[in-house]
Amino acid sequence: MSAAWPDVPAFPLAAKAALGDAQLRRNLGRATKTIRDKRLTVVEEMPDWEGLREAGRALKERTLRHLDTHLVQLEAAVEAAGGHVHWARDGEECNRIVTALVQATGARDVVKVKSMATVETGLNEALEAAGIEALETDLAELIVQLGRDRPSHILVPAIHRNRAEIRDLFRRTIGPEDLTDEPAVLAEAARRYLRSRFLRATVGISGANFAVAETGTLSVLESEGNGRMCTTLPETLITVCGIEKLVPTWQDLEVFLQLLPRSSTAERMNPYTTLWSGVRDGDGPRAFHLVLLDNGRTGSLADELARQTLACIRCSACLNVCPVYERTGGHAYGSVYPGPIGAILTPQLAGMKQSGSLPFASSLCGACYEVCPVKIDIPTVLVHLRDRSNKERAAASLRGRLDPERLALKAVARGFATRGRYERLQKLGRRAQWPVARKGKIERLPGELGGWTEARDLMPIPDQTFREWWVARR
Amino acid sequence: MRIALFITCFNDTLFPRTGQAVVRLLERLGHEVSFPLEQTCCGQMHFNSGYREDAIPLIRRFARVFADEELIVSPSGSCAAMVREHYPRVASELGDASLLAQVESIAARTFELSELLVDRLGVEDVGAYYPHRVTYHPSCHALRMLHVDDKPLRLLRAVRGIELVELPEAQECCGFGGTFAIKNADTSIAMLSDKLRAVLDTKAEVCTAADNSCLMHIGGGLSRQRAGVEAIHLAEILASTEAEPFGVVPSAGGAGSAGGPGAGSPITVTRA
Repeated sequence: MSAAWPDVPAFPLAAKAALGDAQLRRNLGRATKTIRDKRLTVVEEMPDWEGLREAGRALKERTLRHLDTHLVQLEAAVEAAGGHVHWARDGEECNRIVTALVQATGARDVVKVKSMATVETGLNEALEAAGIEALETDLAELIVQLGRDRPSHILVPAIHRNRAEIRDLFRRTIGPEDLTDEPAVLAEAARRYLRSRFLRATVGISGANFAVAETGTLSVLESEGNGRMCTTLPETLITVCGIEKLVPTWQDLEVFLQLLPRSSTAERMNPYTTLWSGVRDGDGPRAFHLVLLDNGRTGSLADELARQTLACIRCSACLNVCPVYERTGGHAYGSVYPGPIGAILTPQLAGMKQSGSLPFASSLCGACYEVCPVKIDIPTVLVHLRDRSNKERAAASLRGRLDPERLALKAVARGFATRGRYERLQKLGRRAQWPVARKGKIERLPGELGGWTEARDLMPIPDQTFREWWVARR
Repeated sequence: MRIALFITCFNDTLFPRTGQAVVRLLERLGHEVSFPLEQTCCGQMHFNSGYREDAIPLIRRFARVFADEELIVSPSGSCAAMVREHYPRVASELGDASLLAQVESIAARTFELSELLVDRLGVEDVGAYYPHRVTYHPSCHALRMLHVDDKPLRLLRAVRGIELVELPEAQECCGFGGTFAIKNADTSIAMLSDKLRAVLDTKAEVCTAADNSCLMHIGGGLSRQRAGVEAIHLAEILASTEAEPFGVVPSAGGAGSAGGPGAGSPITVTRA
């Protein structure tokens, strides 16, 4: 299992289907607008927001540069605190390790903290195949799980569902029959359902927002408190953590604990910040396992420009401001990581063959870069990955090499190399447009270009270029 | 002051009227405009579409052609951003120190039109007259890469006769995005559809911007809807005076827009 879902078609096709879903458009439009506006309020009140962003960026950059050293330091610190560290090369190895750890406890079910890494590896499905039931305890993640659905947002995986849809789902699955669609009533139904499970669970599984190398501390930031139930009540706690989640020192948390809540839930402070280091007698789990997950991350680290993707703290601010995401929703990206960050992260984790259309799923408007709390230059990385995607396609097949856009752009580049050729191309364009230019406008273009004229007219090339006018004027 | 016009291949070919407007405007303000005829394309289309190596000869060419120009102006926020933001990075990625020095120096001398007027020439009231209801769309690259802020609006506010109306959700992308508009046509159209709704809600006769690429998109949508609203470049509004109106004069509630700025019909520009 990788970050991408192989059954979802390339982005343009998947998006087309999603764009036609009026309910989805409305749910997403409302939800993203609300959180966008709220974020702006709590960010604008910070006098040093830009300084914090720069600190976050610089910390992540430096950490990634020395990731090897910090990882070994983290391993030593976790083990010194009584935890066990496991290394997983890919999702499959991660799932194998976690399944074996659960089986060793004899548990038949586990409770889970919301975790992107374990959705990425497909852990729940792997556990299910081994006869272990994994229960998601984050409300939105539970909604996704009960509906046998997929997450469509990093922070709010069920953002594509409105409360009427959730009421219907709860009525069908966890009851009771007389539920209303009031948020408090729905939350209460979930609370009742989850409470008994928390009390009897012997194994908890979590992801991590941050791992502190110097102290061996793992942390989860959340709103509901359900995560803390999972990290404190069960006897065994297993944490799956991407290797890029690391920060060198305890003090570094200062920066990120300010950046993350304001960027993600638009809160000044998140209600629950749970931090744990190994195990302690009489408090919390008796056994702690940390699984450090690569799954393509070292590949990204090797790309000097694209590696900034690994600085992501999964706040999802870029999703909420993205005009593409707002309209297509998350499922069209065919990945656990949707939106702008997904468009650069997924192809690096899952490969261009599977996700090569994602770097093109952006108008490069730059709204994502503007809000990113760690200043990931998403538009620049998108363009860089487009280049990689094009190159890999061309190298892979004759069809890739003969792609009409590729040939056209290459021809144009050659044509624009000298003034003479450029001016001849201008004249040629003017003459060649007669079959499509009618009565002062172009309403229909052939082939791929027809995408433009599906909803947009085009004006014909005027009779005189600027340079012709300029020369005539002298 | 002598100012070199970086017209962009897009405006040169499709929107000559915008270039003519820049010339008229700057000459009216007492500046000398030059036009290096060797210029072709800045390479943005190739670069942003993922054909970086095809953009590199164009970048080198641009650096050669504009090497000796003191001040460079472009009526395109997007192409100016290519020169200012991407050229230095590409040059340093190439490890070409002399190209880097050249493009860094050019980047410091390159301005989008509203920046040139407000920051470099220190003028907000350019003496324009434009008696129409106008709304302004801040194009993404001018806004987020060049950070032109409200400079275009300050210029527009000083235009006599204009009725400037605020565009709701102005900072949302119109959905153009170069090849995105074709490769992801459905998503692009969905974005455009919301932009058009916002433009029409203002009841403006004209939607303006600092980029003809976005205006071609918005104007193309308005034309397809037979909305009777024109998409006209900022330069053309600023070039217009009471004595000499510039270009197409929109008629309120008139026929359809002819598909964006520059729209087809040849126009004559009265020399300033």
